[in-house]
Amino acid sequence: MIAEKYFNAALLGGLALIAFWAYGADEPFTITLLTKVTILALAGVGLNIALGQGGLISLGHAVFFGIGGYAMGILASHAQSYQPMTLGPWMIEGTKSMPVIWLTAMVSAGLVALSIGLVSLRTNGVYFIMITLAFGQMFYYFSISWPAYGGEDGLSIYVRNSFPGLNTLDPIQFFGITFALLLLALLFHAALVRSPFGLALNAARQSPERVKTVGLNPFRLQLAAFVISGVITGLAGALFADLNRFVSPTMFSWQLSGEIMVFVILGGTARLCGPVAGAAMFIALEHWLGGLSEYWHIYLGLLLLAVVLFAPGGLIGIVTRREAAHD
Amino acid sequence: MTFVLFAEQVLNGVQLGVMLFLMASGLTLVFGVMGLINLAHGSLYMVGAFAAAGVAAATGSFLLALCAALAAAAAAGAIVEMLVIRRLYARDHLDQVLATFALILIFSEGTRWVFGSFPLYLNVPAYLAGPVTLPGGIQYPLYRLFLIVVGLAIAGGLYLMIARTRLGIQIRAGEADREMIAALGVDISRLYTIVFALGAALAGLAGALVGTIQSVQVGMGEPVLILAFVVIVIGGIGSIKGALVGALLVGLTDTLGGVLLPRIFATFMDNSGATSAGSAVASMLIYLLMAAVLFLRPRGLFGGAA
Repeated sequence: MIAEKYFNAALLGGLALIAFWAYGADEPFTITLLTKVTILALAGVGLNIALGQGGLISLGHAVFFGIGGYAMGILASHAQSYQPMTLGPWMIEGTKSMPVIWLTAMVSAGLVALSIGLVSLRTNGVYFIMITLAFGQMFYYFSISWPAYGGEDGLSIYVRNSFPGLNTLDPIQFFGITFALLLLALLFHAALVRSPFGLALNAARQSPERVKTVGLNPFRLQLAAFVISGVITGLAGALFADLNRFVSPTMFSWQLSGEIMVFVILGGTARLCGPVAGAAMFIALEHWLGGLSEYWHIYLGLLLLAVVLFAPGGLIGIVTRREAAHD
Repeated sequence: MTFVLFAEQVLNGVQLGVMLFLMASGLTLVFGVMGLINLAHGSLYMVGAFAAAGVAAATGSFLLALCAALAAAAAAGAIVEMLVIRRLYARDHLDQVLATFALILIFSEGTRWVFGSFPLYLNVPAYLAGPVTLPGGIQYPLYRLFLIVVGLAIAGGLYLMIARTRLGIQIRAGEADREMIAALGVDISRLYTIVFALGAALAGLAGALVGTIQSVQVGMGEPVLILAFVVIVIGGIGSIKGALVGALLVGLTDTLGGVLLPRIFATFMDNSGATSAGSAVASMLIYLLMAAVLFLRPRGLFGGAA
């Protein structure tokens, strides 16, 4: 049995160490894989707040991932073509600056999360699952049929966006940016869980009635959690688009929503570093099984089935020998 | 827009609606009786379509192909129920979502393994090919008319089965109180397998019937599955009547929206802008309909108060 905090430290330290090793050994592909792990983990950290803390089974988190991606794609494409965007009476210049893009991605994802949350949190249980899935599909089809930004073909950005003082085209420096953002998000998550808001949110998951009787509004708590969750996943989307220098409607696809959920569960729901462990395992499997067989999704499916049926606490649950993250 | 064109589009909407009903009725039955959310329902749709395409290619008989679709999907449903789904009834919805997501991966990649990535085609049999002339001078493909008739006949049959037969009584009792009917001596696990296989067979039939007008390929089930979710959310979970009304609403909204919106937009925009804006908004229309229904009735049109 290993205490969860040592496992977390080993996991995050391990990620950073492998990146430094790969930098020394001149293995840029490994660094790119690790960057992918950190970005997907960040998306999972976002979902973990809604799913793990709030108990909101959202099967539509690809919406926020995609919104973040398109925020990056749209701003960068206007900067790339030197054509300002006209929004009614306003002209908006595009930008290649990462901080501006991140802020735009987070604000847009937050606004979309607010509107989806306002409708779908009127219900709960399976309705919520189906509705979030349906809204995801709505954005998917909209992005396909809206031709202004590439439609079905997506949008290519030729040069990675810039961050003041860093060369983002250098894999290790871009990894550093994503890793720092992941650490910030994890610190935020840890602080949130201990805050009065986090405690109230957990209480609302366990028993909305009791939360109501002490004078709190579970709907507002869950809506706030859903928005925060969407904001973090939106930031991850912007980074993912920057990693690939490409956005397309697949960022909105229901498969991606499912995969983000898989990271969270594979690692361990509601665990601080569950999404990191899950994303790392997912990318490792993709890389390793994908090399063995073209049909590696079968093995992924079998593994996932085994985790759900026989190891409900996920990877961290196995390591720490405690099934539930909540006491 | 002429009356004839409009009538054709209404028929197309009804045709899409009844096929969605075949999917949604199985999902809603399984949820109503077993309390299970099944994402892999779209995989059973795909299994039906592939079974039909395989048998049609081997024998050339459309009728045999439909029987094969029913049998293969029902068998796949029964096997999956006994191996996996059965262990999920007592679990929470999150576990059900994940396990059935895993089943989608297994079914999709398994099918790709066996049949390859290229789409297969099912042909409309000669006796159902070609157009028919309906009253009012409407020319309409006979096959699509056949789909509407089959869908409505199944809806009627399902209603009779649930209202009049012993199995139907057990299904309704299962929806009302699972423990009680088990205590009354009904073999509950057999009932669950039968209900699941019945839902699977309906999905498989829909897959084969729709596969004939579209192509049969891996991943064909999930977009339909999500549309069926929209249907169920609109109609109310667990209600067969809600599934029928919701399916027709979604089918008509989607079809008519796609045709009418660009024309409506064209009255105040230039043509190319109207086409792209109209089709972009049309692609969102059923989800907006869903949001509107939820806003007025969070449990759907025919959902209970629970």
